[in-house]
Amino acid sequence: MSEAVSALNGATDEGFVRIAECGLTGMITLRGDLGAAKLKKAVKALCGVEPPARGHVAMADHTAVAWMSPDEFLLMVPYAQADELCAQLDQALAGEHALAVNVSDARAVFRLSGGDAVREVIAKLCPVDMTASAFGPGQFRRTRLAQIPAAIWMPEEGVMQIVCFRSVAQYAFDLLKNAATPGSEVGLFS
Amino acid sequence: MSTRLANGGRLLNRGKPLEFTFNGKHLRGVEGDTLASALLANDQMLVGRSFKYHRPRGIVASGGEEPNALVGLGENGRFEPNQRVTTTELFDGLTCASQNHWPSLEFDVGAVNAKLSRFLPAGFYYKMFIHPRPFWKHIYEPIIRQSAGLGKAPRDRDQDSYEHFYAFYDVVVIGGGVAGLQAARAAGAAGAKVLLMEQTPHWGGRAPVDGGTVDGQPVDKFVDEIVSELETMANVTLRTRMMGAGVYDHGYMLGYERLNDHRPDAAGPRHRLWRIRAAQIVTATGAIERPLSFAGNDIPGVMLASAVRDYVVNYGVSIGDRTVIVTNNDDAYRTAITLKKQGLEVPVILDARASGGGALADEARALGIRIENGKAIAKVKGGKRVEGVAICLQAGEGAVLEEVKCDAIAMSGGWSPVVHLWSHCGGKLLWDDEKAMFRPDVDNPPTGADGARFVLPAGAADGEMHLPRVLENANAAGRAAAQAAGHASKPGTLPVGETQDEAPITPVWMMPQGAGIKLRMKAWLDYQNDVKVSDVQLAAREGFESVEHAKRYTTLGMATDQGKLSNINGLAILSDTLGQAIPQTGTTTFRPPYTPISLASIAGPARDATFQPLRRTPMHGWHEANGAYFEPVGAWRRPYCFQKAGESITDAVQREVKATRDSLGLLDASTLGKIIVKGPDAGRFLDMLYTNMMSNLKPGRCRYGLMCNENGFLMDDGVVARLDDDTFLCHTTTGGADSIHAHMEEWLQTEWWDWKVYTANVTEQYAQIAVVGPKARKVLEKLTDDDVSADALSFMGWKDITLAGITARAYRISFSGELSYEVAVPASQGRALWDALLAAGKEFGVTPYGTEALHIMRAEKGFIMIGDETDGTVIPQDLGLDWAISKKKEDYLGKRAQERSHMTDPTRWKLVGLQTLDGSTLPDGAYATADGTNANGQRNVQGRVTSSYHSPTLGRGIAMGLVLNGPARMGDVLDFPKVDGTVIKAKIVDPIFYDKDGEKQNV
Amino acid sequence: MLILTCPCCGVTAEETEFHPGGEAHVKRFGPGSNDDEFHSYLFEKVNPKGVHFERWRHANGCGKWFNAARCTVTLEVFGTYSAQTTEPPQDIKDKISAKRPGWSWREFA
Repeated sequence: MSEAVSALNGATDEGFVRIAECGLTGMITLRGDLGAAKLKKAVKALCGVEPPARGHVAMADHTAVAWMSPDEFLLMVPYAQADELCAQLDQALAGEHALAVNVSDARAVFRLSGGDAVREVIAKLCPVDMTASAFGPGQFRRTRLAQIPAAIWMPEEGVMQIVCFRSVAQYAFDLLKNAATPGSEVGLFS
Repeated sequence: MSTRLANGGRLLNRGKPLEFTFNGKHLRGVEGDTLASALLANDQMLVGRSFKYHRPRGIVASGGEEPNALVGLGENGRFEPNQRVTTTELFDGLTCASQNHWPSLEFDVGAVNAKLSRFLPAGFYYKMFIHPRPFWKHIYEPIIRQSAGLGKAPRDRDQDSYEHFYAFYDVVVIGGGVAGLQAARAAGAAGAKVLLMEQTPHWGGRAPVDGGTVDGQPVDKFVDEIVSELETMANVTLRTRMMGAGVYDHGYMLGYERLNDHRPDAAGPRHRLWRIRAAQIVTATGAIERPLSFAGNDIPGVMLASAVRDYVVNYGVSIGDRTVIVTNNDDAYRTAITLKKQGLEVPVILDARASGGGALADEARALGIRIENGKAIAKVKGGKRVEGVAICLQAGEGAVLEEVKCDAIAMSGGWSPVVHLWSHCGGKLLWDDEKAMFRPDVDNPPTGADGARFVLPAGAADGEMHLPRVLENANAAGRAAAQAAGHASKPGTLPVGETQDEAPITPVWMMPQGAGIKLRMKAWLDYQNDVKVSDVQLAAREGFESVEHAKRYTTLGMATDQGKLSNINGLAILSDTLGQAIPQTGTTTFRPPYTPISLASIAGPARDATFQPLRRTPMHGWHEANGAYFEPVGAWRRPYCFQKAGESITDAVQREVKATRDSLGLLDASTLGKIIVKGPDAGRFLDMLYTNMMSNLKPGRCRYGLMCNENGFLMDDGVVARLDDDTFLCHTTTGGADSIHAHMEEWLQTEWWDWKVYTANVTEQYAQIAVVGPKARKVLEKLTDDDVSADALSFMGWKDITLAGITARAYRISFSGELSYEVAVPASQGRALWDALLAAGKEFGVTPYGTEALHIMRAEKGFIMIGDETDGTVIPQDLGLDWAISKKKEDYLGKRAQERSHMTDPTRWKLVGLQTLDGSTLPDGAYATADGTNANGQRNVQGRVTSSYHSPTLGRGIAMGLVLNGPARMGDVLDFPKVDGTVIKAKIVDPIFYDKDGEKQNV
Repeated sequence: MLILTCPCCGVTAEETEFHPGGEAHVKRFGPGSNDDEFHSYLFEKVNPKGVHFERWRHANGCGKWFNAARCTVTLEVFGTYSAQTTEPPQDIKDKISAKRPGWSWREFA
């Protein structure tokens, strides 16, 4: 296998928050009956966490499960294992009506770090209430980042992760970079 | 003359002088000045020329309502026209220039219009420029365009940055005067999350200028204390230089924050547009003073009484040494008292009320100011500045009783609450006869998503002009807003305001009451658009009785100030002329933004590199580095061709086609849509989506399919591969990837929700490369140990292979008619495969090709292209694709529609090939003419070109087109007129121009 | 700009996250239907002044379709509900009856 390259090959920028493209992240779209015991068990076995409730993301050290829609989870796993884990899911869900598909290469993931100001950067681009009482670690929100669909979540306070489609990674990076330009702080969340 | 006073100016920092230029003149101001106060401090009374008559105009107001004093501000990448000097904060190095004059402000040729003004009344343009018709386009419009407009559009690229910000609040209070401050305090104390915004840099509004006390202290002190208190409240956000620009449905509102207008060299964005959702909005937007309509009320030196007061108190600037006051209410007496106390002369107060004023009048009289009740201004003397007034009886027709010399006039026609933000989203208004004003009808408020009120007016914006009542009203509004947002509270302590009682206003819409036409033609209503009392009266006489019609006919209130000073006066004149009460006439519609906001702030992040999302394939970098000439395909950029040094686009395309047909070409096909469809009902579902049968496709095989919408029209096409019993992979067009996925989900979610099917859009998971040409197999064989021979991977089959060490899926499909493999690999390895294919293909002269070569090759083969052969009105049967329509299926999307009479009409145009007799290339879209003309006198047509190219393979032009009875007319010759009048003759032929039997692809 | 609550993911968001899909509860007519039925299905959409039922998709969100009951005059949203139904749920109909006595929409009231 030749070397796989993420959309922006780990680009970074230092604004009033730090922006980094996270490199390759394993991602599996899993569609099915999210309430079915077999599916829940399979997800837990694969990712090591209880599947999340609606609007949330369950996180472990190297894995996470995000609630995408009433019949869809997004499983985040180490990139190199995505195909194999996908096959394992297929096996575990044999006989069920479900779809597991590796979408690792279809996405780009960004990480913002730098305290409460990460909320501000998102608030410039997404029509979502970023106050701490409205959005915090554990929540998972699919929304619009300026003109593209995206999802955001906070692995911990002061850190924001964003996932979008790979083809628009440069657009997303440029947006985030502009929004984090020093001098443009709003000062609302700190 | 206007000048800086030795003392006064509560907003000034006199220790900090600033320099600026106006029309190239170097002038000085001080920190805290607005551009208006600084100009006035330099006796720059004349600041612009009016729109229509080029009348000399001076500053009239002290705030955002200013109609006259608009300048071109800044230079080059920071130039902006039509900026109000009253809302521009002075900074060191500011440059500005007046507008709408030539050659200079002092001597303006356009002023000749003023001499012609009696020939240029309302509606003049409509009446004059309609005949003769051709004159409009060639003579009138160019001249009017040349002479119209105030400021000039900027020439240079805006060098600043702008941004949006999404914010969410329980209560947003618009306006940081005493009402807004108190409303915010009340809402904040109840525990609501509050945003308080003020458009100026200062808190307190105009109450500190107007005097009175709160809790026994000067208003200034109260403002300082309440601001300090609000700053300590964690749930309250305070922003100055932020205007409530608009209130919209469901609690949406815009806050326009001007961050760096006053410090252009600071870091960060110039403007930030706050896109706010508020559960409740309190409009504490104050009130605006109305001018009085007397002859000469537009001469520089005539100013609103409140503005005269503001300039003295806030900026230490006097407008004149001798100021005549003219009023119909008590408030203007405050100006007289202020001036007198500053040691300035007030020769006379003309109070149009026969009964005169109250306590404030007594105070003025006690200061020795002459007061004339029941008197009015007959006309103002002067041209470029005020020289005196002629006094008459208000009740009369303007016979002059006396002339008084003066150099300034302070006028007050009463106050209009700023109801704009209340009204933007449907809040209704009431006419208050006693106060002579429109104020919010609180029983008919704007309602939100839950059907309940979401806007409350407070203070002067609610028609409360008396300080104690302002505070009470605002406190109640703040509490009510918090409560509606879920934060109930006990009544807190209410600050007690005190100020003089005022005698009632007497409405005065025309001065004097019986003014003759000569006076009315000099009595301005709308300063910026040059609309006079006589114009509105003319409009009413000519039948423009609706206020909205009269507005458009006269242009009253249609200038950049949107009639903030003129609307009420104008509709009062209209009512008077029509003999009806003011509420019967009503108001025009208040629309956002409250004052103009920058277009760049509306665009926000949507500019330059982030103007719109640009989609890039994994090979995009290679394309850019290798001469790609890009074309937009949806949001993607795809190489149209790859130009070599010195090569034309046409030559590059021809080279790419030939190289591919002769040996080996590579196409980046990553943008093609790829959708996984899986489930026990997947086959049944695809049978409904495609016109063909898909459920009987064998795993390992591919089938070309057509997709129609319910109207029967062809919407997309592509190759479907069956991956296993339950799973299909549907290829769509590049543009169709997202819409076809959405189309699938729509039917699954809203019609066949009991069908067991899941879909996933995996378009971007894969980089896809078409390896095309006689050497295609050879190059693959160099990179794989898997068997890709004709036996192992036959035409329309697919196979998982390892290619250049990368896990890949190869589809034996061809859109070019050549031996062709489309190879899909994970996107992150797309570039690696591309590079490997280029290296391995070198010995075959591998040639990357673009979309135009793709188009030519498919056209040579007679393959249709969605968007070329289809346009949303074409059904598969039109294109001779009946073979792809299953006769066995009971139903598919579009089937019933294709049975409609118009769809089965035998005269529908059908697809054919077109071959020019002279070998030239037909213009794309050209029509084939027929005998005779239609009902509109246009030539009849019998067909049109849908695709046309020069074929390098055949060395001549080839085309496809839709032609009446086309397939039955093989060999007929049609005429295709060109734009230049010449005609190209083309013969109807079979649409497959090249390799009819498919010998090249089936090897 | 409206705000809507997506009943599928529970998110309340502004209109820019959603995509409108026209009238709800339209019955599909396919092969075998007569011309009038099919014409009506394709083209005759109601556009009432007042109570309306319409389809929306949470396009920049969970991607799901849902239905909304809305007043086209005041823009009040009476409720949103599953797209997988053939008529509005009773609680939404009751809520509308309380706010707009005597309303009716197509065959519903």
